[in-house]
Amino acid sequence: MTDRNNVLEVQAIHTFIGQFHILEGVSVAVPKGSITVLLGRNGAGKTTTLRSIMGLTPPSQGSILLDGQSLVGRRPYTIAQMGVGYVPEHRAIFKELSVRENLVIAQRQRGDLERRTEFIFELFPDLERFYHLPGGNLSGGQQQMLAIARALVPDNRLLLIDEPSEGLAPVIIEHLIAAIRKLAAQATVLLVEQNFRVASLLADRYVIIDDGQSVATGAMQDLRHDEALVHKYLGVA
Amino acid sequence: MTRTRNTYLLIVGLTAALLVFSFLTSAGDLGSFGTTVLSGLFLGALYFLVASGLSIVFGLMDILNFAQGAYFMIGAYVTFALFHSNMFQGIDANLRFPLGVIVATGVGALFGVILERVLLRPLYARPVFQLVLTFGVAIVFGEALKAIWGTEAYSWNPNTSFGIHQSQFEIFGRQFGTYRLVVIAVGALLIVLIGLLLQRTRIGIIIRAGVEDSEMVSALGINVRAVFTMVFTLGCAVAAFGGAIAAPFLGANLGMGNAFLLPGIAVVVLGGLGSYTGTAIGSFLVGLAVAVVAKFSAEFLNQTVWSSMTPMLLLILILLLRPSGLFGKESR
Repeated sequence: MTDRNNVLEVQAIHTFIGQFHILEGVSVAVPKGSITVLLGRNGAGKTTTLRSIMGLTPPSQGSILLDGQSLVGRRPYTIAQMGVGYVPEHRAIFKELSVRENLVIAQRQRGDLERRTEFIFELFPDLERFYHLPGGNLSGGQQQMLAIARALVPDNRLLLIDEPSEGLAPVIIEHLIAAIRKLAAQATVLLVEQNFRVASLLADRYVIIDDGQSVATGAMQDLRHDEALVHKYLGVA
Repeated sequence: MTRTRNTYLLIVGLTAALLVFSFLTSAGDLGSFGTTVLSGLFLGALYFLVASGLSIVFGLMDILNFAQGAYFMIGAYVTFALFHSNMFQGIDANLRFPLGVIVATGVGALFGVILERVLLRPLYARPVFQLVLTFGVAIVFGEALKAIWGTEAYSWNPNTSFGIHQSQFEIFGRQFGTYRLVVIAVGALLIVLIGLLLQRTRIGIIIRAGVEDSEMVSALGINVRAVFTMVFTLGCAVAAFGGAIAAPFLGANLGMGNAFLLPGIAVVVLGGLGSYTGTAIGSFLVGLAVAVVAKFSAEFLNQTVWSSMTPMLLLILILLLRPSGLFGKESR
């Protein structure tokens, strides 16, 4: 049963990496216009869930629907063309390419970058300052900004963002939180975040993944008050 | 920054050492020195045409295409056969040759598409199998050429050739083929054109990004497999083009594939795997070294084996000084 209000519906997916059964039944619903966060301990399967949605580690069972259209069996480039932007863990910016080239490559249609430049520079002014520098010369925070900006170049209806705060200084994290809130006004976001404070500041909804299975879901404001659940699956209180 | 400066100092130092050695062994004969240097540039241009495809394909797809030399050989045979075929003698020689080059380049591209799409694509997850496969394909191509044209080595007769191939110019009293200068110019032009393609176009940005992380390129909505096919085909076509334009000088024979593949591999490794700048500079460095050693060993040692060893000796020397090659990444 699909809900028309959901941009993305992942239903009971199973994913193997080599011989390892990583996802053993993950379900995620992402309502339109929301920020939904995947929570869970290290190795729970959060990143693999995003990679499965993106077609990078395709699921062997289950369904993934983007506005009712199945993504299972499609190649990553087709999934991206359908309007899914992906910001991977560790950023994966192209370090030898300039900031401008990193953004140019993300265009799906001529003129995408021109249309979005102002918005991107407003969110991340540093990218304008270092527009012609190689991506590898940027700081970790600036590289994260570039990775997110790259996903904003085309008109994506869903953004998958994996661990945006990882390894960043607190002041940069605050900047990113503000930026992700702003960009959420234009696209639905599915986020993976280890930092519970960041997750609770950003997300409207949560899905907890534990040992390859989705075990709890609901409104983020309810989770903030459910100390037992937080302690059981996330190890924080 | 210091590393880049040291790399350029090393290149200048090696080039200067080769030029000085060549000059000293020419015993003051500037004509001999000049023709040796031009021969080096000629060889460098041809090495580049083989090595550029090897380098870009390796950087993007992690495939070392051992069949690259065979494509060079196919280019030479096809051009030679078309130019000398009785069927086309009615066409003016000055037109027949470029037509032969175009057809040979097209044949190289066609076989490139077939190799990538039919044979290599199913083996993307198995790099060692790909290596063995390209090696096998090189052998098959060699045997096929043998079956069609036999084992005879074909020489191109300048007296019945196209205009520019018949002309010579004089450098300090020594004759040098004008056509070989044209090959040097064509090699230099292709270095610039491929460089512009990589630096100034969207497809070039995609190729350079793919060299770093092809999975991420795919996640940005780009059909990386189509880019792989295009780049692989282009690499094979450029190698066939190299063989085609080399044919008037080198003829066509079954040894020429390996004779250009091995220096090509040396160029790619000593230039720094996946580095276009390294490949371009390395090609001319190896070409110059081969020409200088060839002349020295022919005149003073009365043998030619040293010149065929030179690319590998230069490779060893450079890897001892720069383990990741001239422009290679430290971590690679």
